[in-house]
Amino acid sequence: MAVITPAVAVSTAETRPARRKRPKPSVGSVAAQVFMIIMSALWVLPILFALYVSLRPVGETNRLGYVSLAHSLTLRNFVDAWNQSEMWRFFLNSLRVTVPAVLITLMLASAVAFVVSKMSSRWNIALLILFTAGNLLPQQVLITPLYRMYLAIHLPHFVSSSGLLYDSYVGLIVINVSFQLGFCVFVLSNYMKTIPGEIDEAAIVDGASLWARYWRLTLPLCRPAMAALATLLTTWIYNDFFWAITLISTGNKRPITSALANLQGQFVSNQNMISAAALMAAVPTLGVYVMLQKQFIAGLALGSSKG
Amino acid sequence: MVSTTTEKTTPPATTKRRRRRTVRRLSRRDKLVMALLLGVPLLLDLAFVWFPALATVLLSFTKWTGVGGIHLKACSAASSLPGIPQPGCINGVQNYNQAFTNYPDFWPAVRHNAIWLLVFIVFATPLGMLFAVLIDRGIRGSRVYQSLLFLPVMLSLALIGIIWELIYSPNYGLINTIIGRNGNNNLIDWLGDPHLNLWAVLVEASWRQAGYVMVLYLAGLKAVDPSLREAALMDGANAWQTFWRVVFPTLRPINVVIVVITVIESLRAFDLVYITSKGNPLRGLELLSVSVTQNIVGETQRIGFGSTLGVVLLVISLVPITIFLYNAFRREER
Repeated sequence: MAVITPAVAVSTAETRPARRKRPKPSVGSVAAQVFMIIMSALWVLPILFALYVSLRPVGETNRLGYVSLAHSLTLRNFVDAWNQSEMWRFFLNSLRVTVPAVLITLMLASAVAFVVSKMSSRWNIALLILFTAGNLLPQQVLITPLYRMYLAIHLPHFVSSSGLLYDSYVGLIVINVSFQLGFCVFVLSNYMKTIPGEIDEAAIVDGASLWARYWRLTLPLCRPAMAALATLLTTWIYNDFFWAITLISTGNKRPITSALANLQGQFVSNQNMISAAALMAAVPTLGVYVMLQKQFIAGLALGSSKG
Repeated sequence: MVSTTTEKTTPPATTKRRRRRTVRRLSRRDKLVMALLLGVPLLLDLAFVWFPALATVLLSFTKWTGVGGIHLKACSAASSLPGIPQPGCINGVQNYNQAFTNYPDFWPAVRHNAIWLLVFIVFATPLGMLFAVLIDRGIRGSRVYQSLLFLPVMLSLALIGIIWELIYSPNYGLINTIIGRNGNNNLIDWLGDPHLNLWAVLVEASWRQAGYVMVLYLAGLKAVDPSLREAALMDGANAWQTFWRVVFPTLRPINVVIVVITVIESLRAFDLVYITSKGNPLRGLELLSVSVTQNIVGETQRIGFGSTLGVVLLVISLVPITIFLYNAFRREER
């Protein structure tokens, strides 16, 4: 940390180079290092601890506790959790909900953002407020009427095996799309504002239709923002717990994140196996984290920079 | 690509006129496309977000078990036959009265939500900001720190609830073993004891929230013009003064986002508590969001009363939402 008294600093300001080189680390920077090392260790500890416990047989940890040297490390808990709960089913459910939901959200949000950017500013702001505010509401504000709506809306049986919007993948996709739309509209409309208007003007002069200007011109230019949003949405929808817990009643239809609540009941006597299941559920998001961390952070930055 | 034909020769005045004309020059097909592009998402948003939000308000003045329709007459006028499910009726402000005066979970829930918010404000958020500032100063290994501190943000709250149970476990857990309270006669039940469990869960929530705030704040800090900071240092400000007097004020937009996220996230808090309490009500962990859900998923649905609790959440959340919208769209209003 730069420790200089103001009087000295002012007198030497002109001779001082703009970027000062610190010859040796000051007390402040050592303290910062120590602080960050301790915090980082504390931050990964719960995850590593869960991994350690889930690699040990429950018989052993029941005898010795979790904080003990392992006599044996085994993948048994992972295999058992996977087989006994038929976990592939929950992953498949997550896939069935997340992929369509992310794609539809991006399509619809970019469409709104495109149209709004062509409108007079009064309508433009009203629409943006409508979408953005909707995304900020706590989910629990919506859930009571939504639950009754889902029970009241009938679907043909080839779309939903329950015959209702309730307890169906379609219903889960619909609410995830509707709820996430607002954030994406907000981000994409801000992003589209940075595209020079002349590009669109030129396309109009060339006689391009509105659809072509949206699909062939604007969307390709938004690719970076769309990639960042896709990463965020995938993580958020995959990690969704609340909608699936309240709107899906059949245990076997639940995506993996909400299915963890059921597994907790099923494996109640074996906490090691529960944590093995939880860690397996984290694999897709950790994959996103390792490969697309930049995209994820870029998405959050886009969402907050214009706030 | 069309973009290569961009003409720069058009003078600004005609550009403006032409832009105004573009809407009128849309062909009928273009207008149809435009209506579809806007209409479908708008319909979804209205039907599945705004209609339920409005319906919550209306239902909060009724009494309804979900059986039969809602009759537009006062509940006091309805015949009361015990044991037979009644159709819905209009209950006036009775639900609110009941919530405020004799629903046992209400005030604990409000208090716990307030504590949640307070812990986020005084602990999780400043911690995240501190992480961001230290990382932004480019201390050695900052990229590693960033990756590790950010890790919990990728995990679902359900998963976080599960893995922290290993840390808090009374007999085998990390904390009790270390402090020597894992014997059957001196156990500390971190997640069961109603005086402790809220705080234990808040540690989990803060563990994730700090990383979230850190990343948002880092994005804001990266956008700060470095010459500002250098100018301040040259003028003799120390790092502390530079941050609070020069950098922090320019971060106003991101600060608003952080405030909004902090409030909204503490109102939404649900997943961690649901996992920790295994889906049942647990004393010490009453929250407004949990109460709302309990009134619809139980055997006896209380749609009207659940909506009332939803309205309370709605009213509180309108404060940060308004702040955010005001800040986000004020500049464009002009």
